[in-house]
Amino acid sequence: MDSISPVIDGFGVVMQPENLLYCLIGVLVGMLVGVLPGLGPAATIAILLPLTFAVEPVTAIIMLAGIFYGAQYGGTITSVLLRLPGEASSVVTVFDGYALARQGKAGTALGIAAIGSFVGGTVSIIALTFLAPLIAGFALDFGPPEYTALALLGILLVATVSNGGRLKAVVAACIGLLLATVGRDGFTGAERFTFDSLSMADGIDFVPIAMGVFGLGEILYNLEQRDAASRPPAKVANVWPSRKELKQSSGAIGRGSVIGFVLGILPGGGAVLSSLAAYGVEKKVAKDPSRFGKGAVEGVAAPETANNAAATSSFIPLLTLGIPANATIAVIFGALLIQGVTPGPQLVEDNPELFWGVVNSMYIGNILLLIMSIPLVGLFVKILQIRGSILAPITVLITLIGVYTVANSTFDIFLVVVFGLLGYLMKKFGFEPGPLVLAFVLGSLLEANARRSLILFEGDVSGFVTRPISGVLFAAFFIVVLLPLAAFAWRWRKAADAELAHPSGTDGTDGADDDSATGADDTTDRGPADTDTPVAHTTRKEQP
Amino acid sequence: MTEPAREALTPEELAAEWEESKPPAAGPVANLIAAGAVIAFGVAGILMSLSLGAGSLGEPDAGSWPLVVSATLTILGIALAVRAGSTHDAEQFGRSSLTVLAALATMVPFALVVGVIGFEIPAALLAFVWLRFLGRESWRVSIVGSVLMVVVFYLIFVLALGVSIPHLF
Repeated sequence: MDSISPVIDGFGVVMQPENLLYCLIGVLVGMLVGVLPGLGPAATIAILLPLTFAVEPVTAIIMLAGIFYGAQYGGTITSVLLRLPGEASSVVTVFDGYALARQGKAGTALGIAAIGSFVGGTVSIIALTFLAPLIAGFALDFGPPEYTALALLGILLVATVSNGGRLKAVVAACIGLLLATVGRDGFTGAERFTFDSLSMADGIDFVPIAMGVFGLGEILYNLEQRDAASRPPAKVANVWPSRKELKQSSGAIGRGSVIGFVLGILPGGGAVLSSLAAYGVEKKVAKDPSRFGKGAVEGVAAPETANNAAATSSFIPLLTLGIPANATIAVIFGALLIQGVTPGPQLVEDNPELFWGVVNSMYIGNILLLIMSIPLVGLFVKILQIRGSILAPITVLITLIGVYTVANSTFDIFLVVVFGLLGYLMKKFGFEPGPLVLAFVLGSLLEANARRSLILFEGDVSGFVTRPISGVLFAAFFIVVLLPLAAFAWRWRKAADAELAHPSGTDGTDGADDDSATGADDTTDRGPADTDTPVAHTTRKEQP
Repeated sequence: MTEPAREALTPEELAAEWEESKPPAAGPVANLIAAGAVIAFGVAGILMSLSLGAGSLGEPDAGSWPLVVSATLTILGIALAVRAGSTHDAEQFGRSSLTVLAALATMVPFALVVGVIGFEIPAALLAFVWLRFLGRESWRVSIVGSVLMVVVFYLIFVLALGVSIPHLF
């Protein structure tokens, strides 16, 4: 069959020693970063962006992908041993993982998590291998209106499932879109928002924005929140789960793989949402749900499987549509653009080596992850003891030196400092930085396609909704916009009614209600210092 | 941190504990300031977009798209201002926020001199300030640490990767 040979060639690409090495480095760095609380995967990939420019695009993406899914597993280790989720996607793992550790079964929890991660990741890649070319083929017919709709929907979905306020997330996205317009306008040649600065004439580079808002912003934020007292980690013995425990968690791993794969494809879904969903499902299907939170193996297996499956499948929209599904993938998207590769439906045809090289590297990466995770636990425990005060200058220097090397530009260092301040302030004021970076990355694509569509339709906006695919996408867009507004209006009425019934002393109750309604959506890549859970939200009472 | 005499066990207790360890929420004034900044940004965007030329639907001009985005931003900013009293997701600034200002202040001289005298001295100084004053490490750790970092960076960036960072040696 014709379609098989590029897949096999892809393995040839991965097996080149350089690519194998970078895959190994990526997975290892990812795990390390996952272990170190503070920097999320998006921040790490952003900080390491400059290092990837020296290598081939395939190699670069293989390494960045390795960091991404390696971090999913690394976050588990701190969740289990320290009760501190290293990544937002490992928050739910804490509940049963740490309970297991207290029972002297930390090893079991880590072992099950490693096996689940491997299975989830692998199932996801197999599904990706078959599904991605189909989606890409379908998307080949997409024109400017479809891309406009797709980009808008993608940005909106990422913003609406963010942690904290949706309104603020959409604000962040709008700022990202505005930043993307800086520089020369591709249609008219007019200079926009450059303030007559030569350095801005070509627009703002992606690297200083990603490194500043994600990387430096998070470093600065952690600097303030530094948790002085660290807990001694739980002892790890016997990482191999027993046959009984494996059997017990096999259902959870299976369900987790499917949930992770499906949610990972959806924009805004990704690892965090899927780990929450998988945990919830296990608790629902369990014969005895009361075991959860007290050391149920399924409570570790399901979210850990799901977050790895999701990390893998979130590459599908990137590689087939050219639309990143979450903040971390947005950084990888930016890295590809810098390398001169534009991801999209043509990628699998035009650049099969890159496409299949990246996809197949994930098989290898997952095997590396499984092989390394268990023996390296001891090393990770040691790394946990490095103080934040020592790590901070290292990361900040990597950022400052790294951003300089991209264009040999001191101006870029200043930009990174400015965007670092912006990222810090955004976190302080409750604005998610993720939507900003994602919208920035998609900004010029969105604008160009929207303008092309309008010219195509000669100004008749109804053209967007009369074409079948863009019509459906726009319908989805308006549902996502209007649904929360309708829910808000409904709650507001309910609150007003309650106020009428009990004119005084209603403080708290309604607020708590409100939060539980949005609680399930509270997901996005966040640093663990401010890690939030749906449970946490329901416990917070609003003041009148 | 209170240690382990009585450790939280259930997810609810854990969540409550995390919630407690969060920095205190900022008041409505901070939220209003944030909303005001968003509105100001949006209005500035609208004005600059208009001067670029708003165009029309059939013939979008350079300012059309930024105008739409800025207008959306302004409306969202107004919505934020209206809800300022009932939002609690902003954090208070405290004494420790000054650390962040100090940290930012160390980066400016770094950026100014790195192109002139190479990265080694500015990097060592920055690392030293971060270790000793921002991180409150001991003098010994700070001195040894900052020198060691620069040596390792030199080995990785200059010798191994051959990147284009200016260096003295």
